[in-house]
Amino acid sequence: MSQELFSKLSMALIDGEEETVAALVKQALEQQLNPLEIIKQGLTPGMNVVGEKFACGDFFLPHLVMAGNAMKAALSLLEPALKAGGLIRQTAGVVVLGTVAGDIHEIGKSLVGTLLTADGFVVHDLGVDVPTDRFVRVTRETGADLVGLSALLTTTMRHQRQVIDALTEAGLRHQVKVMIGGAPVSAHWAQEIGADGYAEDAVGAVGLARRLTGRGTGS
Amino acid sequence: MQPALELLDSSLLERIIGEGIELQRDPGIKIHNQEALRLLADAGASVDRASMVARIPQSLVERTLATAPNAFALYSSDGRAAVHYQDNRVHFDPGSAAVNILDGTTGRHRPPVTADYVRFTQLTELLPAYDAASTAFVCSDVPGEIGDLYRLYLSLLYTRKPVVTGAFSIPTLHVMKDLLVAEAGSLEALAARPRAVFDVCPTPPLVWSELTCQNMMDCARYGIPVQFVSMPLAGSAAPVTLAGALVQHTAESLSGVVITQLARPGAPLVWGGAPAITDMRYGSTPMGAIETGMIDVGCAQIGKRLGLPTHAYLVTSDSKVVDVQAGFESGMNALLGALAGINMISGAGMLDFLRAQSLEKLVVDAEIIAMAKRLLAGIEARDESLGADLIRAVGHHGQFLGQKHTTRWFAREHHIPSEVVDRASLATWEEMGRLSATERAQRRAASLLAAYRTPPLAPEVRRELRAIALGAARQHGMEQLPPLEGE
Repeated sequence: MSQELFSKLSMALIDGEEETVAALVKQALEQQLNPLEIIKQGLTPGMNVVGEKFACGDFFLPHLVMAGNAMKAALSLLEPALKAGGLIRQTAGVVVLGTVAGDIHEIGKSLVGTLLTADGFVVHDLGVDVPTDRFVRVTRETGADLVGLSALLTTTMRHQRQVIDALTEAGLRHQVKVMIGGAPVSAHWAQEIGADGYAEDAVGAVGLARRLTGRGTGS
Repeated sequence: MQPALELLDSSLLERIIGEGIELQRDPGIKIHNQEALRLLADAGASVDRASMVARIPQSLVERTLATAPNAFALYSSDGRAAVHYQDNRVHFDPGSAAVNILDGTTGRHRPPVTADYVRFTQLTELLPAYDAASTAFVCSDVPGEIGDLYRLYLSLLYTRKPVVTGAFSIPTLHVMKDLLVAEAGSLEALAARPRAVFDVCPTPPLVWSELTCQNMMDCARYGIPVQFVSMPLAGSAAPVTLAGALVQHTAESLSGVVITQLARPGAPLVWGGAPAITDMRYGSTPMGAIETGMIDVGCAQIGKRLGLPTHAYLVTSDSKVVDVQAGFESGMNALLGALAGINMISGAGMLDFLRAQSLEKLVVDAEIIAMAKRLLAGIEARDESLGADLIRAVGHHGQFLGQKHTTRWFAREHHIPSEVVDRASLATWEEMGRLSATERAQRRAASLLAAYRTPPLAPEVRRELRAIALGAARQHGMEQLPPLEGE
């Protein structure tokens, strides 16, 4: 019985149907199914199929994003149940993500966030125009493994350096890997400011995140 | 007859404009600039301060469209009107604000330095295809805070041509104005004969940042022409359909018209853009895609319908080297732009999604542009008898090479490319070293540069320009500017 439900859940995830996924997760929780099992047997298989299809060119970014949004919806329903049961889900890592101070560009950064969530990371997306000290604070509070900094302007890029320096000052630099991105950003800049990596596009960012945290798809 | 390309029939055109106007009101435009919001509120827009959204009524859009000039010119340093932003007059300039240069010697992408910028500007000055220069890339050997004004300073020293540029911050725009005024003699002289146009980019969708909005208003008040460069990224930052992306471009650009004209009625502006599609495999935004060119053609058609000067980013490629892809993407999109009658087409020289500049590509693109310009010159009736009289006179066994008519017309009728375009025999090509177009471009760049002469500039003007640039550099911790050859 639950196998059928898990199967439907996977299918709905592959089809990127957020509402159906939410409804099925609610149903599963009502049936007292173990939230970790729901993730492991219902969501992860679906996400793996999405990832494989994308890798071989059958699926494209819109499919990934729709699945990622459905995944987010599922996780937000499952988090309370996990907490209540004292359960901890396996993740690929914790990421703090944001566009740096003075910069309001968000679409690329948000896409990275969605893809990372789909890939099993826990993502704290701080939004845009994020003050440097907020990056530091949230990194400390969440025990993040990875900090992702986006900057779209040559004038706001320097805040990427600022955040890295602030993390060092706060004694957190050793705890996290820092990856940067954005149109004017380059590998050279990443090296200059002491970032751990640089990705040119959203898909590259996921690969980089995996390499930097030494993990693959979680959950 | 100048050949033309249109992609929007009049019904689609009107619908796009209609939706663009609707969006001004609902959801409105988000503007991170208190002064602009105040101007809009005073002019009758409904402004919500907390969310920074202005809902702009159609009447205000129409009123400000009416005060926007239909045309203006950009001038070279010797006082000539070199660029005519009007009707279907087409001009080209290199792309701006690249962060890398493709090093012609190593073949690698690296951050550019002053010497690269100088060489690039010198080449732009020497290549007749380019009607204007641009502040082509950001020099990595000066503090980031003066990156924008430093490039303009160099351009004013090394080229007579008008400059397409842009500011990176609010205070530096005024310093850039100071540089331009130092050369022009006064703000009035500069406004009467603008030497530069400033790009300002809204943030898609429907947002103006504090910086770009302030730049727009400051330029308007100085009488410095403003070029809106809305960049709907179809499928990620804008609707995926080309028509939907055009609606967003229209909405963003209309709001730019409103704000600029409220800051100063009659301020010269350009309906420009740098749209692109989103590649759904990578999330990248290809400038070389045919759909990118198509959106540009649509944008220009809309701008012209509204009676405004136009601009677009074309003649660029997403390739990382000056190869076949760079050639066909730049070439094909150049023709789209030319046929669309776009007044200023920016982008030549650029690779890698507008991130890199290449001197070799600048030289190759000059050939593409020359071909496009020849296309625009069309086919003319040169003589009363188009050909019949001459053919009859030459007869059944005659030839045309020795005819006076041929000598008279060949150079006007047939564009003669540079040595970059190989039209010799196979044997000659082999003798000359089996060079590719890119290699020939590199050689041409070197021989052009060897013949470069710095444009004359009054010593006191040169001193003042340097003082302004140096003053700004010192404010940001750089004691001396990078040395220039001959200093």
